[in-house]
Amino acid sequence: MSSHAATGLIDHHHDHTTSTGIPNKKLLWWAFLASDCMFFGALISSHLVYRLNPPPGNAIPTQIFNIELTSFSTFILLMSSLLMALAVSAIQRGNVKSTRLMLLGTMFFGCIFLGGQVFEFTHFVEVKHMTLSNSIFGSTFFTLTGTHGTHVAIGVLLLGMMYVRTFKPAAGGGLFTNFAHLLAVCVVMGVSFIYLVPGLIEVIYGASLGDLLRHHALPFAVGAAACAALVWFARGSTVVEFGEQNAVDVESIGLYWHFVDIVWIIIFTAVYLLEYL
Amino acid sequence: MAEALAKSHFTGAGSAPAKSFDLFARPTAKTGLVGWLTTVDHKRIGMLYGGFAILFFLIGGLEALMIRTQLIVPNNHFIAAQLYNELFTMHGTTMIFLAVMPLNAAFFNLLVPIQVGARDVAFPRLNSFSLWVWLVGAILLNLGWLSHIFPHWAAGFGGAPDVGWFGYAPLTSKQFTPDLSTDFWVLGLQILGLSSIVASLNFIVTIINLRAPGLTMMRLPVFTWMALVTSFLLVLALPAIAIALVEVMFDRNFGTNFFEVSGGGQPILWQHLFWVFGHPEVYILILPPMGYVSEILPTFARKPLFGYPIIVFSGVAIGFIGFGVWSHHMFTTGLGNVATAAFSLATMAIAVPTGVKIFNWIGTLWGGRIVTRVPMMFALGFIWMFMMGGFSGIMHSAAPADAQQQDSYFVIAHFHYVLIGGATFALLAAIHFWFPKFFGRMVPEFWGKVSFWLIFVGFNCTFFPMHFLGLNGMPRRTWTYDANMGWNEGNLFATCGAYLLGVGIFTYFAVLIWSFFKGERCGSDPWDARTLEWSIPSPPPEHNFAAIPTVHARDAWWYEKTHKAEIAQEKAEHIKSEESHGGIHMPDQSWYPFFAAIGLLIGAYNFAQLHHPVVMFGQQVLTSHLPLAITGGVIMVAALYLWALEGPGGYHIHLDADGNATESRGGHH
Repeated sequence: MSSHAATGLIDHHHDHTTSTGIPNKKLLWWAFLASDCMFFGALISSHLVYRLNPPPGNAIPTQIFNIELTSFSTFILLMSSLLMALAVSAIQRGNVKSTRLMLLGTMFFGCIFLGGQVFEFTHFVEVKHMTLSNSIFGSTFFTLTGTHGTHVAIGVLLLGMMYVRTFKPAAGGGLFTNFAHLLAVCVVMGVSFIYLVPGLIEVIYGASLGDLLRHHALPFAVGAAACAALVWFARGSTVVEFGEQNAVDVESIGLYWHFVDIVWIIIFTAVYLLEYL
Repeated sequence: MAEALAKSHFTGAGSAPAKSFDLFARPTAKTGLVGWLTTVDHKRIGMLYGGFAILFFLIGGLEALMIRTQLIVPNNHFIAAQLYNELFTMHGTTMIFLAVMPLNAAFFNLLVPIQVGARDVAFPRLNSFSLWVWLVGAILLNLGWLSHIFPHWAAGFGGAPDVGWFGYAPLTSKQFTPDLSTDFWVLGLQILGLSSIVASLNFIVTIINLRAPGLTMMRLPVFTWMALVTSFLLVLALPAIAIALVEVMFDRNFGTNFFEVSGGGQPILWQHLFWVFGHPEVYILILPPMGYVSEILPTFARKPLFGYPIIVFSGVAIGFIGFGVWSHHMFTTGLGNVATAAFSLATMAIAVPTGVKIFNWIGTLWGGRIVTRVPMMFALGFIWMFMMGGFSGIMHSAAPADAQQQDSYFVIAHFHYVLIGGATFALLAAIHFWFPKFFGRMVPEFWGKVSFWLIFVGFNCTFFPMHFLGLNGMPRRTWTYDANMGWNEGNLFATCGAYLLGVGIFTYFAVLIWSFFKGERCGSDPWDARTLEWSIPSPPPEHNFAAIPTVHARDAWWYEKTHKAEIAQEKAEHIKSEESHGGIHMPDQSWYPFFAAIGLLIGAYNFAQLHHPVVMFGQQVLTSHLPLAITGGVIMVAALYLWALEGPGGYHIHLDADGNATESRGGHH
């Protein structure tokens, strides 16, 4: 691999080993995204069909939604796409450090979005009393946005795996360090979107920060420890295997990430904004 | 291009890391159980697909024979009505998802990489994953039978699935099918879909990206073209049923209202989502068979395929229009006049490319020197029988007529003519045609012909009378009938035909097994065929080609046979350039696809019975299956992660002047 390490030797837009010049991995992702379009197509259709035929007693969307919050988290998700693009650009220039930073940023923005969704779901169920079962709107809304949230969460996990992979030593070995590192990433991201972000949103809406910290003391302590572990894992300067030749891997995940964002734009329009027309 | 391939870091010339990054040592055994469980060789994966599919084909056939036996005379009590429901559900599900689709997958695996002149598929480990995931789905679907075999241990399963192969809502709701069989059916189908999507993505990339030098898209063998179209249909159609199954699963387990009328749901949504998948699915079943026939007819008519571009474009057109005809399964649901008319027209339109193909096959035969070997007999049978099924299909496109035929035996006759007379005849032709290639032995001609005639006569005796039974009002899925309905003779005749068909199928496979051990050995090209797989030894070596071929014509191997000097020179150059870059690069085997599938099996098996307590030896151990389901999921994710970490790996094969292979690992040449 060392022969490819120098910057500028790899043509990132053409793979001469394939018949079409498109790298195999990239073509696979594109085909998968076509398939994923149909998944969301079926879910969005289900939602829209039932929107046109609401049964008596169905939940009234505009009384449930918190459109300011959702607009904010939509904005954050779109900005995460910018960071993703910067990560791809960095690795295409062979800059591993900058790639790591941008990957972390993308993941964190993804977690803010997910945290917004966790807050939203909890709020809808506990305050607005809309559940999966008590209205058809609840059934289609939670299934559709939940599927999208799962896509974002899988995206964060994939980015986390990619981030950890950038530390794989060129000399080989280090499997268990790799596992521990990934575990730390998962804990940090999990604590942020399950406890931290929804909690901070509560605080913005008037809850007390002290209560939040006391209430979730254990998860926050574990999260802080995992955060410290991340800093510790990121120290040092062992020679790593990851480099410009992996640009296609980062770019493939980027395709997925951008796709999930685009789907959210459609969902935000068809599920949220449509109700305010 | 061959030189570029050899130079790239994907296919070699890299040096192995000093230390291993694996939890398990990477398997290298080529034989024995480990060799088969960890294989990434597309030919072995194809054979595993084929073997399991034939097993399920025979099981599905036995289910059909039990159904026919129940219907042999009026007021029969050979089997109970409940078992009858399970049998027709599992017969349909098995034949579609566990027999015809995996048999097609088997041929995709066996043939596509060789026909495009590659050494394997684009993602060999992903291919192995598709196979094992498919098996997981097959196991889940059939688990319910255990409750008949071990009534005490598996009573909770509630028998095999009994909701019909298209599982119309609200029959699948907890209210009407409270037992686990429906949950297993839902998850089993979901997992089969996952397997098919993954496999199709792999074949799309393989066909588009791994073509040998000179092999332009319009030189691809028609079978490979049909594999490409089918793969696109699969990745675009399966999501619809996947979402429908998710919705049913949520309705059953998490209290949503998608198909619950009392909660504002509409069961018709299931029908739409199901048939948005279900209609492309029938083309998924029939397009690959059209591909086999397009390979077999020219070989035995001794002339090139007539109208190649038209056949290819017709296949693509069928794929496109196939997404716009789903509601013709729902003419009696009251769609409204405009929708009904539109779907009628689209259904009539899709007959055009199909008819075009048939005329082109006839054009291929016209003026040819026809050799009636067994594969050719089945292929000719295909044209005739598939056409008959096509005619009754066109009758359904007229919505008023369809309203009379809906849910009657006429429909049964129609789709068995296209699925047995069409798909199965072509598959039997293909098995007979390519058997010598992959086992190096011929199937005896006489016994092949005997099985052909038994199958042909038996098939027509079984299904032709069903046209009349249907038009006389006999509904499908009826457990028994009264003697005064006028259906006695037709049913008796059909059942006798089914026994004859059973004898034919038995003969066919018995002869195959005999041939596997005792058949006459054959050379690499016993039929004087046209495509690249016949240019390599029978059975093919692991690396397929000693030299990556350069393709000069559509009938690539016919061209090679008539331009020997040119080809020999090209091949010598390819071998030299490849050897100078480290030899023939082959992908390494891996445990992880198999482990991931095991994780999926554990996860899905427990997830299906999520809300039920875990009972062992009469004691309740856990209040729900959730911890076990999560365990399975964790095993799967861990295996997938380790799979990603271990990397594609690979080793090199070096051929000496006599074609003997030696292997080397790492950067050493």
